[in-house]
Amino acid sequence: MTSGPAGPPAPASPDGDTPASPDGDVLRAEHIAKRFGAVTALVDVNMRLGKGEVLGLLGDNGAGKSTLIKILCGFQPQDSGRIILNGQEVSFKSVDQARSLGIDVVYQDLALINQLSVYHNMFLNRERVRWPLLANRSMRKAARQYLDEMGVNLPSVDAEVSRLSGGQRQAIAVARAVYTQAKILLLDEPLAAMGAKEAAMILDLVRDLKRKGEVSIIIIAHNYGQVLEICDRVNLLQHGEITLDKPAAETSVQELNDIVIEEYRAALQARHRAAG
Amino acid sequence: MSETAEQRADTYTPRPGAPPSRPGFPRRAGALFLRQREATVFVVAVVLFLYFTFSNSAFLTKDNMVVFTQDLAPIAIIAIGEVMLLICGEIDLSVGFIYAFAPFLMHYLIDFYGVPGILAIVLSLLMGVVVGWVNAFLTVTVGVPSFITTLGTGFVLDGILLTTSHGEPAQIPNAVVGIGHWFGTYAWSEIVWAVVLVAIFHVVLTRTRWGLHTIAVGGNSLGAHEAGINVARIKYGNFMITGFVGALVGLQVAFQTSSIDPSNGGYQAMFYSVTAAVIGGTAMLGGVGTILGAFFGAAVLAVLTDGFSIQGISANPLNIIFGVAILIAMIANVSLARLRGEGRAR
Repeated sequence: MTSGPAGPPAPASPDGDTPASPDGDVLRAEHIAKRFGAVTALVDVNMRLGKGEVLGLLGDNGAGKSTLIKILCGFQPQDSGRIILNGQEVSFKSVDQARSLGIDVVYQDLALINQLSVYHNMFLNRERVRWPLLANRSMRKAARQYLDEMGVNLPSVDAEVSRLSGGQRQAIAVARAVYTQAKILLLDEPLAAMGAKEAAMILDLVRDLKRKGEVSIIIIAHNYGQVLEICDRVNLLQHGEITLDKPAAETSVQELNDIVIEEYRAALQARHRAAG
Repeated sequence: MSETAEQRADTYTPRPGAPPSRPGFPRRAGALFLRQREATVFVVAVVLFLYFTFSNSAFLTKDNMVVFTQDLAPIAIIAIGEVMLLICGEIDLSVGFIYAFAPFLMHYLIDFYGVPGILAIVLSLLMGVVVGWVNAFLTVTVGVPSFITTLGTGFVLDGILLTTSHGEPAQIPNAVVGIGHWFGTYAWSEIVWAVVLVAIFHVVLTRTRWGLHTIAVGGNSLGAHEAGINVARIKYGNFMITGFVGALVGLQVAFQTSSIDPSNGGYQAMFYSVTAAVIGGTAMLGGVGTILGAFFGAAVLAVLTDGFSIQGISANPLNIIFGVAILIAMIANVSLARLRGEGRAR
């Protein structure tokens, strides 16, 4: 359960931008903890995201990265700790509520519906309606226009997403999150299982968003080279806590690899001790 | 026909390097038709209809068409609910017992408790909705698979029905004989209900948020949930729709036959509807389905029942023909679906 009452979001500024808190952070997570039965996913997570910043969230498999993302996007509640959005404490009851406050997410599994078209997926659960019917023509046109603007090449917005490549599916998931004018974007492994060409398309999308500076992004990725290239800052999540918080310019692939290797060695030693 | 992504795939990219030859209109129209999920079963229904029309002069008569439509309508109406449920990944095996119990409840309320006729009909329809809610509660909230949940509630309803009725038929209460004409006594009333309801739910499934979310829930339940769709609400709603149409058909058949019979409905009514849904192009695994296809599927089942009865084939061998016909329709469906897939992949 969340601690403390839910606070109203800060009012949007007249130009529609998300106002940052006085310390410049649009999002802060304080002392976030989460358990699933006997498994502790997050112990005490403290992290912050600046306005227009791209934050890389790194960590081993099972470190709790996806759990943290799902808490920040309203998919599941934390057991304890606070989420501060634009200087105000919030308690998300649903993905819809978080979305209405400007936080959108691209899940690791993409949350696409194979049986639906590209444009229906792009507008899923925020469909345009001319009551009581779907405004299909309007959605189709908007989806095509938006994907064109983002430089995403698709054969047709009428195509079922099941027939698209991994990169195209990923691009649709990213485009879906971005087109809603989200101010905070959470990307859970957007480059997973992707070829170099497809990963480049997604990285270009992120670079484009970064250049515009209107969206703050948390991105989970395993390829440190790619992360350091596009991120302003990196956080390392280990054993349910953030153990490293550095500007991307002050760290290197080598340092991050060394940390991971160290973690691997410690795990191996613990395993040998237990066996012995 | 429904407008799903697959069916609009005529806008899909042509094969790179393919010659720019454009097929003629008949071929393009034929290809477009075959891309419709309902196409196979529609063709099968028409072929069967024509076969019986030309092989027996008694088939295409007004009297027989009334019988044919009265066979078709109950299957088609219940299939509406089953299609919605199958698409969102669930099934209702109890609907045939809702069908059987609804007219008895109306009879009990009017004859034993003095409830006004129209209110008794409304409460009987509401009973179907409530049973649908119970099915949804046990399936969605408690977590029992719908196959088991609805098997259980079906038995419970059947037990209540047989215990309270002593297995004996009852008469239609006088208070509702008048309104009953509109439900089922008039020769064409059932098919009119069926066509209207099929048209409404076809639009609901293909053109509304409810339909889109139903497909999303069945196609990728977790993904739908992650997108913020209230998965439980969609499933509750579709279980309640199925309960409602089950009760409606029960009342209609009672009025049509002027008798309330405990042997009406049951598993046969449910299985016919599920069969109509599946041969009409609805997937048992969720995410895909069409109301219009289920209507044509119901037409196939009704034309087989009616046609072979007119040919003088008795009920027992009829089941063999029925089974074989269903298998042939399904094989044709699967083959055509594969062709559609290959066509899109090119």
